[in-house]
Amino acid sequence: MYNILSKKQLSEHVFQMEVEAPYVARARKPGQFVIVSVDEEDGERIPLTIAGADETKGTIRLIFQRVGKATAQMADLKEGDSLGYVAGPLGKPTHLEKFGVCVCVGGGIGIAPLLPIAEALKKAGNRVVSILGARTKGLLILEEEFRLFSDELIVVTDDGSYGRKALVTEPLGEVCRRASKPDFVMAIGPTIMMKFCCETTRPFGIPTQVSLNTIMVDGTGMCGGCRVEVGGKTQFVCVDGPEFDGHQVNFDLMMKRMAAYKDLEQRAYEEYRQHRCKIGLEPRR
Amino acid sequence: MSELSKKLQELLDKQQSGRLKPKERLEIPPQEMPQQDPVVRRSNMNEVALGYTEEQARLEALRCLQCPTAPCIEGCPVRIPIPAFIAQIAAGNYAGALEIIKEYSLLPAVCGRVCPQEVQCQEKCTVGLKFKDVMKSVSIGRLERFAADWGAEKAQTPRAAAPTGQKVAIIGSGPGGIVAASDTRRAGHSVTIFEAFHKPGGVMVYGIPEFRLPKAIVHKEIETLRKMGVEIVCNFIVGRTRTIEQLMKEDGFDAVYIGVGAGLPKFMGIEGEQLVGVYSANEYLTRANLMKAYQFGRGADTPIARSRRVAVFGGGNVAMDAARMAVRLGAEKVYLVYRRSEKEMPARVEEVHHAKEEGVEFCLLQNPKRILGHEQGQVVGVECLRYELGEPDESGRRRPVPIAGSEFVLEVDTVIVAIGNGANPLLQQTTPGLKFNKWGNIEVDENCRTSLEGVYAGGDIVLGAATVILAMGQGRIAAAAINEYLAGKRR
Repeated sequence: MYNILSKKQLSEHVFQMEVEAPYVARARKPGQFVIVSVDEEDGERIPLTIAGADETKGTIRLIFQRVGKATAQMADLKEGDSLGYVAGPLGKPTHLEKFGVCVCVGGGIGIAPLLPIAEALKKAGNRVVSILGARTKGLLILEEEFRLFSDELIVVTDDGSYGRKALVTEPLGEVCRRASKPDFVMAIGPTIMMKFCCETTRPFGIPTQVSLNTIMVDGTGMCGGCRVEVGGKTQFVCVDGPEFDGHQVNFDLMMKRMAAYKDLEQRAYEEYRQHRCKIGLEPRR
Repeated sequence: MSELSKKLQELLDKQQSGRLKPKERLEIPPQEMPQQDPVVRRSNMNEVALGYTEEQARLEALRCLQCPTAPCIEGCPVRIPIPAFIAQIAAGNYAGALEIIKEYSLLPAVCGRVCPQEVQCQEKCTVGLKFKDVMKSVSIGRLERFAADWGAEKAQTPRAAAPTGQKVAIIGSGPGGIVAASDTRRAGHSVTIFEAFHKPGGVMVYGIPEFRLPKAIVHKEIETLRKMGVEIVCNFIVGRTRTIEQLMKEDGFDAVYIGVGAGLPKFMGIEGEQLVGVYSANEYLTRANLMKAYQFGRGADTPIARSRRVAVFGGGNVAMDAARMAVRLGAEKVYLVYRRSEKEMPARVEEVHHAKEEGVEFCLLQNPKRILGHEQGQVVGVECLRYELGEPDESGRRRPVPIAGSEFVLEVDTVIVAIGNGANPLLQQTTPGLKFNKWGNIEVDENCRTSLEGVYAGGDIVLGAATVILAMGQGRIAAAAINEYLAGKRR
C-alpha cells in the first residue's frame, strides 16, 4: 500500500508525488489534508494538504516542500518506493458555494493546497481570479494548471524574475478596489503572507478564508498541538479547521508556535544531510 | 532456605492442615513490591514496579481472609471472583488463578498494573478495614499482575466459534476495543478493528508510559487478537476515511462498536496557553511514548521540548505520568500544581508515591492564574495563586477557594496541562442519527446500545473520563449485546 506511482521535482525544493491511497482518494474533498510518514514505525507524522486525487486510480496527489529531515527523506523516495502510511482525509472540507467573484491567492508551496479549492470554486459557478506568488521564477509552481480554469491569472515574484515584481498583496489590493469588488477571498501560503492578505481585505470587508498548516501530531483532535487563537478562542486546526476566517486568526501567536522546534529540526536536517554526503547522495558543500 | 521461604512454608503447612487462623493471616506483613531504585529510574524508561516473587505472592495471598462476604468483588468493575483466584495463588496453582481472572478480565497484566485498586477492590477489602488503612488491604492488583505475568508465556490463543458470516467493525484499538473484538471474534464473527494511529493499543501505547505499562504487554495482546483472526487496520479514521454509514451500508458490517476514547484535551482558558512550551498532557505523552521523542536524533524524528524546569497542572494519573516523563526526559525541576490537597487527588496512591520518590515537587492548594512568556513566545513562568479548602462541593470534595493577593511566580520553561479531556467531535460531525449528550458524549442504554441500530459504544466517549477497566467492562457488555443482536438477525 501507499506506493509512489510517480514523482516529479517541481522546483529546487518542491516535489510532487502520486501516491496510492484508495480510501483517501475516494473520500477526500477540497481543503482536506492527510498525515503521512516515510516510516511505518517511528517516523515523524507530516501533515500535508491534498493537492488532488484520482478516484478511479485510487491515487492522491501530494506536493510538498523539503524543509526538514522528514520531508528530505520523503524527497529521496523514488517511483516504485512506498510511504510508511497515509492517514486521512482529515479536517473539514472547504465550504463551497456560489459567492460571485472569488480571489484565490497562493504563495510558494501554498499554491498546491489552493489548486483543488480554486478548481472547486470555479465548478461551483464562481468567477475565479487567481493570484500566484513566489520568491523567484524557479520556485513558481502549477501556473499552467491554474491558467486552465482561472478567469484571470496574475503572477508575481518577489525579485521580478517572472511576472510582476510585487508581493501578492499588491494585486490583491487592486482587485479589491475594482468596481466589481470580490465577494470572497481564499489565501493560502506562508503565515506572514496570509496575515497581510487578511490585512489587505479587512478594510473592504471581504470575507477571507485561510488554510492553516500548524504543527500537529495525530491530526484527529487528540493532542491539541495545532491549536490557534481564532476570535479570541482556542481552536484546533485539525478538527475545527484547517480553514478559518482569516480576519479572526491571531497570526502573530501562530507564527511563534510554528517556530517551536526550529532548532531541533534544523539539527536533525543537518545530520541527515551530512549522512547523505557520506553515502554520496549529496555533493559536499 | 531464605527467611521468607521458611516462613511461607510454616504458614502453608498450617493452612493445609486447616490450622491457619485469621489472626495469623492478619499478622503477615503486607508484601512490598520490589521496584527500581528512584535515582536510577529517573533516567530510564523501564518499568518501575518489578512484580512479586513467588514467595511474596503466596505470602500476600495468605493475607486474604477468604471472608464469605467478599466485598472486594463488589468493588471490581468486572466482578472478578477475587478470593477464589487469590486462594489459587496461595496454593501455588497460578494457572488456576489466571484461568479464573481471565474469565472476567481479558487484560489482567494491564489491569494489575494500572487499575486504581485502592478505590475499587482494595477499598472494600476486609483486611484493610480491620487495619483502618486501605494501604494495608490485600494487594489484589499486585496478585493479579503476578498471575498474569506468570502466565504470559504460556497463554493460549482463544478459539473462535464456527463462522457466522457476520461482520463486526470495532472503532478504536484501546482496552474497550480489544475486549469487544476478542469477545465478538470468539462468537464466530469476522472482526475488523479500525485504528486512527499507525500503531494499535490506544491509550495504552500513546498515553500510559513504558515505565508504568511496558508496551510489550500491549503488543502481546494485539498479537493474540491477530492470531484469533481479528483484522487490524491502522491509519483509518472512521468518520473521515469511511463513515459509520458507509461501513454498514456499503462495506457489509452488521454491527459496530465505537471505542474511540475521549481525545480532545481541555485547556484552562487562562492567558498564555498558546505560548511555545505549553503542551496538553496528551501531546506531551504522545510525543514521548508513541513517537519515542526521547530518542530524537537516535532513530526517532519527533521532537519534544528540552525542558529544564517544568510545571504540570492537574492531580490525576495523567498528570503523574506527564510529570514523571518530564523527569526522565531530563528536567532538573518538575512541579506538580494542584488546586486541592493531596487527599483529593484522583491519581492512584502508588503513582503519587512514585512521583515523589522521583523528585517531583508537589505544589498543593495552588492554581495557575496565567502563563508568562518572553517576546519570542517561549514560556518563562507561571503565575500561581494559593488556595485554601472550603465547604464540600457536589463531588463531595472540599472546594478550593483562592486566597486573594497570594500570587507568586514559578519559573519554568515548559507547562503541561493535564486537566482531562472533552469529547472528540469527529463522529458527531460525521454520523447523522447518532445521539450525543450536551457534552458531546454518545448516549447509550445499559447494554451500550446507541440510538443507531447495530451501533454500540463504550469507554471514554460514553463515560467522559473512564479507566482502562471501565472501558474493558463496557467493551464486554457491548460485545455480549452485539453477539445477541447478530444471533437474532441470523434467525
